[in-house]
Amino acid sequence: MNLWVILAINSVALGGLLFLLSAGFSLIFGLMRIPNLAHGSFFMLGAYLGVTFLRIGTNFWLAAILSGLGIALLGGIIERLFLRRLQGQELAQVLVTLGLSFMFADISLMIWGGDPIPLSAPSALQGAMQVGSIVFPSYRLAIVLVAAVIAAVLWIMIDRTRLGAMIRAGVDDAQMARVVGIRVSRLSSLIFCLGAGLAGFGGVMGGPIFSAYPGLDGDMLPLALIVVILGGTGSLVGTLVGSFVVAFLYNYGQALFPELAYVILFLPMLVVLLIRPQGLFGRLPT
Amino acid sequence: MASDALSLEGIDAYYGDSHVLQGVSFRLGEGHLLGLLGRNGAGKTTSMSVIVGLLPPRRGRVSVFGKPLQGLPPEMIAATGIALVPQGRRVFRNLTVRENLIVAARPAPKGAPTSWSVEAVFQAFPRLGERHKQSAGVLSGGEQQMLAIGRALMSNPKVLLMDEPSEGLAPQIVAEVMRTIRRLKEQGLSIVLVEQNANLVVDLADDVVILNSGRVAVDKTAAALKSEGIDLHQHLGVF
Repeated sequence: MNLWVILAINSVALGGLLFLLSAGFSLIFGLMRIPNLAHGSFFMLGAYLGVTFLRIGTNFWLAAILSGLGIALLGGIIERLFLRRLQGQELAQVLVTLGLSFMFADISLMIWGGDPIPLSAPSALQGAMQVGSIVFPSYRLAIVLVAAVIAAVLWIMIDRTRLGAMIRAGVDDAQMARVVGIRVSRLSSLIFCLGAGLAGFGGVMGGPIFSAYPGLDGDMLPLALIVVILGGTGSLVGTLVGSFVVAFLYNYGQALFPELAYVILFLPMLVVLLIRPQGLFGRLPT
Repeated sequence: MASDALSLEGIDAYYGDSHVLQGVSFRLGEGHLLGLLGRNGAGKTTSMSVIVGLLPPRRGRVSVFGKPLQGLPPEMIAATGIALVPQGRRVFRNLTVRENLIVAARPAPKGAPTSWSVEAVFQAFPRLGERHKQSAGVLSGGEQQMLAIGRALMSNPKVLLMDEPSEGLAPQIVAEVMRTIRRLKEQGLSIVLVEQNANLVVDLADDVVILNSGRVAVDKTAAALKSEGIDLHQHLGVF
């Protein structure tokens, strides 16, 4: 009984982290059609940057925000320097982002070494909270809250503001959006920076649970892919639901059928791809 | 010399290897309505694409109130005061009616006689106001056309390009669209009206340009065209 509750709590926390990771991936793929295979690297680099900020004595939350900003800046440079020139060439973008992810892996190994580096959660959140007979680790609860706040902010930004409407107009009909005066390419850069920054921020948030280690990028990328394929690209609700579905499948799958963990994770993705290729909440392009 | 609201001089444009506009020149006087006629494939829509910057011409120049638009991207051309009601309407289908309008909003230049806002558009097209929360994709064809016109007006343009606004609409809706165009002209807007249906244009236009296979075949005032009784079918008939 207790195992189930612990798994559930862990799954909810992992779902929050997966949302931070996948929201950016989904925005970038859904709105800009860029399959960004460096997205796992953004998560890992965020975690490593967080390590460095924490080492120089930065407060945890500030470290998370600064790392997010740093990765957003890196994303902006990549978008301007490479991806902008490869607009519409998805295979080229796959290769460029994959190549970059290998380069980032090497560079991180050089800077931060090969041993896993744990990030410690803010001391105020290192304990646990008890509600009735259930004990919540405080930090995992905090992750869920932060993810919820970010989901709400993203939803308001995309669905309820003029900026969001301009972004969606660019997705609907980029040519026409430009003709009515919307600076589509500037908005694309903004979205890419935002998506990269969220992944970087997520990397620090995940640090106390996963640590920063070589290979974190490759561990996270497939999860982001599954979330986005399940939920549907460009759909925030889909990403949110997909994150929690994947988190539960991942944790319960590993606990109950450890030898089949990846089957349990990828099988739903294959089924969705076959019967509903736009994802559970995705829209078919009009 | 009074500057033209819009002028095209010797425009050559290509789609790949096909030479779709061959030395096209015409001018739109300030406050005038120019009817741009021609068969399917004569180059009418291509001319619109060139003006708004979607298809950069290989030769020639486009100017708005004497200011050349050379090399400007579409979003910058929009800022010079040109708005397009495109062929096929092309409203943003996943945006609400209101969002379609606000994304195109641009403040009116100083001293402009009219200033368009969401409320003003809803006043002009009450049906859009009633449906402001709905997705543009679920509107009827006529409503989408109103929305496309409203969206163009939201940028408070000096030059309005309308590409076949009557296409695919029921006759009473076409009449409503034409009344709207007449009203906009009376407010002093300079308008290019692209049409296949010459009868819709000749009564409304000051000047008429007929394109044929990418060249200007006729460029006359509407009055001259009417008095000379030129055989429009020669240029516009399908066969």
